[in-house]
Amino acid sequence: MAEKIGVYFDLANIGGGVNVQSLADEATKKWGNLIALTKLVPELAKATDEIRADIEAQGLDGVLLCGASPRIDNELYRFAVPVDYVNLREQCVLAYKNPDGSPYIPAATAPANLQQMAQDYVQMGVAKMQKSTPPDSAAIEVTRRILVIGGGWTGLTAAAEAVDMGYEVVLVEKADKLGGAVINMPTASPLGPSWEYKSPTNLADKVAKITGNMRITVYLNAVMAKLSGQPGQYTAEINVAGEVKTEAIGSVILATGWKPLDPKYLEPMGLGKSSKVVTAAEFGKMLLADAPLPKRVAFVLDTTMAEEALKAKAAEAEAEAAAAEQAPQAEGAEGEEKAFVKADLESFAHLKYSNAVNSVGMLRLANTVCEKTADKSQAYILYKNMTVPGILERFYKKMQDRLGVMMTKADVTDIREDDDHMVVECKNTLLGQDFNLEADLVVLPTGLVPTTAKDVTVQFDYRQGPEFPDLELFDGFADSNYICFPYETRRTGVYAAGCVRQPLTLDACEVDAKGAVLKAVQCLEAANLGVAVHPRALDNSYPVFNFVRCTQCKRCTEECPFGALDDDEKGTPKPNPARCRRCGTCFGACPERVISFANYNIDQIGSMIRQVVVPADFKKEGPRVLILACENDAYPALDMAGMRRKAWSPYCRIIPVRCLGSVNAIWISDAMSKGFDGVVLLGCKYGDDYQCHFIKGSEICNRRMQNIAETLDRLGVQPERVAQLEVAIDEYDKVPTMIDNFVARITALGPNPFKGM
Amino acid sequence: MSNAILVVGGGFSGLTAAIEAAELGHDVYIVEKSPWLGGRVAQLNKYFPKLCPPSCGLEIQFQRIRKNPHIHCLTMAQVIGLSGSKGKYSVRVRLEPRRTPAHNVDFTFLASALEGETPSEFDLGLTGRKALYKAMPFAYPPRYVLDEATLSKSDLARVAGQANLDLKEEAHEVELEVGSIVIATGWKPYDVTKLANLGAGNVKNCISNMQLERLASPFGPTQGNIVRPTDGRVPHTVAFVQCAGSRDQNHLNYCSYVCCMATLKQCLYLAEQHKDTKITVFYIDLRAPGRYVKVLEKVQALPNVHFIKGKVANATQGVGNTVDIQAEDAIRGEKLTLNYDLVVLATGMQPTLATEDCVFPVKLDADGFITTGEESGIFVAGCAQMPLDVTRSAQSATAADLKAVQTVKGR
Repeated sequence: MAEKIGVYFDLANIGGGVNVQSLADEATKKWGNLIALTKLVPELAKATDEIRADIEAQGLDGVLLCGASPRIDNELYRFAVPVDYVNLREQCVLAYKNPDGSPYIPAATAPANLQQMAQDYVQMGVAKMQKSTPPDSAAIEVTRRILVIGGGWTGLTAAAEAVDMGYEVVLVEKADKLGGAVINMPTASPLGPSWEYKSPTNLADKVAKITGNMRITVYLNAVMAKLSGQPGQYTAEINVAGEVKTEAIGSVILATGWKPLDPKYLEPMGLGKSSKVVTAAEFGKMLLADAPLPKRVAFVLDTTMAEEALKAKAAEAEAEAAAAEQAPQAEGAEGEEKAFVKADLESFAHLKYSNAVNSVGMLRLANTVCEKTADKSQAYILYKNMTVPGILERFYKKMQDRLGVMMTKADVTDIREDDDHMVVECKNTLLGQDFNLEADLVVLPTGLVPTTAKDVTVQFDYRQGPEFPDLELFDGFADSNYICFPYETRRTGVYAAGCVRQPLTLDACEVDAKGAVLKAVQCLEAANLGVAVHPRALDNSYPVFNFVRCTQCKRCTEECPFGALDDDEKGTPKPNPARCRRCGTCFGACPERVISFANYNIDQIGSMIRQVVVPADFKKEGPRVLILACENDAYPALDMAGMRRKAWSPYCRIIPVRCLGSVNAIWISDAMSKGFDGVVLLGCKYGDDYQCHFIKGSEICNRRMQNIAETLDRLGVQPERVAQLEVAIDEYDKVPTMIDNFVARITALGPNPFKGM
Repeated sequence: MSNAILVVGGGFSGLTAAIEAAELGHDVYIVEKSPWLGGRVAQLNKYFPKLCPPSCGLEIQFQRIRKNPHIHCLTMAQVIGLSGSKGKYSVRVRLEPRRTPAHNVDFTFLASALEGETPSEFDLGLTGRKALYKAMPFAYPPRYVLDEATLSKSDLARVAGQANLDLKEEAHEVELEVGSIVIATGWKPYDVTKLANLGAGNVKNCISNMQLERLASPFGPTQGNIVRPTDGRVPHTVAFVQCAGSRDQNHLNYCSYVCCMATLKQCLYLAEQHKDTKITVFYIDLRAPGRYVKVLEKVQALPNVHFIKGKVANATQGVGNTVDIQAEDAIRGEKLTLNYDLVVLATGMQPTLATEDCVFPVKLDADGFITTGEESGIFVAGCAQMPLDVTRSAQSATAADLKAVQTVKGR
C-alpha cells in the first residue's frame, strides 16, 4: 500500500492546453497526505536525478509519472520504489477529439471534456498506486536436475547440453537402448556446412557421451508414470520395467519423438500387399543390414493415390452413416467428472506433414543406394513437390549430378505388381510424356506421427488432466501456437523439442534440443527467484488466495490456461506459483473475489473505476464508457492510434488489464453502479489462430460474457451495454472507429438506469 | 573474463538471443545497425501461417527489454573492431549520430512540416521519407532520427532552433567487454538489379515480395491497399515469380526457405482484398514443409489462384505499364507469353554478410553464410547461418544462446 506518493507531471509530454497545475491541485485535494508531493517538471527525462533525490529525502514509497504512455522510456525510470504511469499523451491529449467528432486543434486552454479526462486519469493513477503493494517473494528452493523424456537424437542432444550447462539429468527412454529412430538410419542427412553431403550419424559417440557421464541417470525400458509438483520442485515417478523410481526434478524436456504412421494408410499404394513395397524407415533398416540391393528402386514421394483412396472410403462411410439413423450419444450429467480417455490423433495428414523429412530422407537413402552399388543400381525419385527447403537444397543439387539417380515430378496414379517386378504409373512428368516405371522395389514415405498424438507422454498429475491441453489444434504435435515463441507450452517448465513438436530433419532436431535446454534452465532459475517466465518474465507478483471465503466452486482451477492450480478433495484450490504466468485469469474467474495479486487486484481496478467523474446529465454531457483493454495488444494499438492522431470518443476511459481473462464481472457491476453507460472489453483475437498471449484469456472472457449478460438482464440493465471487441495490435487505424461505433450505440440506447443512484 | 554476451543484430533472432540470455541474468549488448530493433520482420505485414501481425510478437519482446536492466541496446551501431579471445573479448562499436534526445520526443508535427525527402529505405523505395523520421509506429527505441543529408535549406532553418535536436552530434565509439558473441546479422532481399532477365528493377509494376509486404501493411505507403505502384489501380491480374534468384547457381545457390510460403500468404492477402483478381504462381517446387501444407492446400482451393510449374524466362514492360512475361510450362512443355497488371518477384534472402565486411574471426561460405565460430565462443543465430522462417530463427537463436551462455557461465 503506497502511502507517500510522488506525482510528477511531464510538461513536455502533456500539452493540448491541459491545465496541469489544476490536475496536481485536484489530486492533492482528493488524496491529501497520501500524496507527499506533486511536481510539474519541464521534461521528465531530465528530472530523474531530482526524482531520485526526492525519493531519498522525502521517503517516497511510490512514484507516479504523468505524461507519455507507460510503454515509453521505462528504462529511464528505474527507481528504488514502485513506478507507475498515467498516460496523458497517447491516450488522452493525442487521442482527444471534440464530442461532435470534429478534430481538436490544440488551444491554449483545453476544453472541459479534455481537462476532465486528464483529471480522471490522474485520479485513477493515484488510486491504482494506493491499492498496490510490492509483492513478497514466491522464491522456492529448486532441484537443478532436468528430466529428459526420450533418448533419441533430440533427447541425447538435450541431455548432453544440459550437463554442459551445469545441470544434472535424468534421461527416460522407453526402449531397451538409447538412440531412438536413428538406430535404424544408415546415415544422417547433412548435419553442417557445406550441407552438400549426408553425414554419418556417429550415434555410438552420442550415446557414449551420455552413458559415460556421472551426472546423467539413464532409465531404459522406462516410461513416465507421474509428474507432480511445479517447476523447480517436480517429482517424477518413472516406471522402469514395472518398478517405480522417484526422482526430484527441476524442469522437463519432452523429446519423445514419433511413431511410424499406420501402414493401412499406404495400403492403396501397395504397402502390405506386396513384399516389394516398403516404407523409407524399413528401407533404411534393409540398408543397415546390408540386405542385397535391387537393381531398380523407385522412391515415391507423391502420395495423392493413398489420399484419394482414403477420401473415397470416408465418403462411403459417411453415406452409410447417413443411411443408418444414429442414436444421439448420451451426455454425462453436468459437473460430473469424466474419466480421462486419450484421444487418438493419428491421421493421414501426418504423412503430408512429413513431406520435408521424406524428401530429404529419400535423397539420403537414394544416395546410399548409389554409393553401395557404385551407381550400378538405378534409383528413381518421383515427387510432386521436392520439399527440400533452405540450405538443404545444396544436398539436392549434389544428388542431381549423381549418375545412379533419376528424379522427376510425377503424379503417381498406380502401383502394381507385374511378374517379378513392380510397375509405377507416372503421369504429368517433366519428361514430356507419361510412362510406366518398372522397379524391383518401391519405397514409400514414412509418416511421422508424434508420440503425443498416440500416448500420454508426460502423465501430469494436474487437476486439468495428465495430457497437454489442445493437442488437436496442432494435429497431435506438442507444438507452440506462437510463431515468435516456439517454446511456449501450456505446461510451464515442460519444453518440447524435436519431432514431437514438428517433423524435423536431424540437424534441426539438434538445434531445437539446445533451445529447449535453455528454456528449461531459465524456467528452473526463474522458479528459484520466484519470478514468472515469458511473457511476463521477471514479474515477481503471484496470485494470493484468501481461502476463508473460497466456496470451492472450482472455476479458477478449471480456467487457468496453464493448469497452475490443483485442488484437494474438497475442491479448495492449491496454487503452484512456479507454474503460474501471472495473467490473472484465476481472479477473473472467481465469483467470491478471494484471489489477488499484491500489485493487481479486484479492489484496485474497482477503485480506479470509482475515480471517474460521471456526469449526471447524459443528454448534455454525454455517456461514459469504460474500456478494459488488454495491455499486450489492445493497449499498444490504442497508443499507436493516438500517436497517429486517430482520435476516439472523449467519453471513454481506458484501464489496461493484464489479459481479458483477468476481467472479473464485479468490475462491470462497479462500472454500472458508478453510472457508466457502457463497458468495452478490448482484447485479442481468439479461436484456433488465437493471438492471446495467455492462450485462453480472450476466449474465456468471451465465454463469461454470457453470464455477465444474464446478470445485467436481472439487474434491468440492457446486456448490449457490455461488449467484447477483438482487436489485433496492428488495427490501430480501425480501433477508434470500433470504439466510436460502440459509443454511438450507447448514446442511442440512452443513460444507464443506475446513473445517479 | 566477462559473463556478458554481445548480440550482433537486433532482428528477430538477435532479439530472441539477447532477451533469453538476459532473462537468465546475463548482461547483454545488442548492437543494431539501423535506428530501431525488429529487423526484417518489422517490415512484414503478417506472418504465415496464422496471418498474425509481427508487431504483436515484437511488442512482447520490447516489453521484455524495457523491463530488463541487463539488456543494453545500441542502435545505429556497428562493431568495427574486436580483440581478445573466447571468454574475454574487447569489442569496439561505432555509433552514428542520431541527433535526437535519448528519450522519446513526439516530433510528429515538426517532421511533417519538413520539405526535404528521400526514398524510404524501410518502404523499399515505394515512398519517400522526411529528414526527421521514425519508420514504424511500434518503433523501439521509440525515438526519431534526424538524417542531416535529407534536410532542405528551409528545413535547416526550421530545425536550427530546436533545443531537442543536436545537429552537431558526432559519431562516437564505445568499448564493450564480453565473453561470448552471438551473430544474428540476418538477411536482406536479393538485389533485383542483378536479375537482368526479370527487368533488373526497371520494369514498372514488377515489384519484389518485400515491397508487396509494405503495400499490404497498415502503415505502408498505401495504408494496406494492394494496388499498382504506378497508378494506384487495383491489379486484375497478378503473377508471382518464384525462385527469383534462389536455387540458381548464378545467384543464390540454395533455396530461401520462406518464399513459397510468403507467396501463398500474399495470395491470401490478395484474395481477401480483391476477390476477383486472377493470380498465377510460377514455381519449380511448392515448398510448404510440415504443417504449412495446410496453407498450400487452402490456397490451392482458391478459385482464382493458378499454379504453373515452370520458370519465368523474362519480364518486360507491357502496354499501359503492365508486365509481359515469358515462361515455360514444364509439364506441358509449352512456351507461354502472358501479360499481367502486377508481377511480384519472390526474391530470396541473401545473408547480410555476403556483401559486407565481417570483423569477426569466422569463415563464410561462397554464399556468405557463416560456417565456423564455435571454437572462438562465437555462435550464429538465424539467417546468418542459413535461410529460415521466423519460428526456426527463434529456435536457432535460442540454441545459439545456450552455447553463448555455456561459454560465459561461471566466469
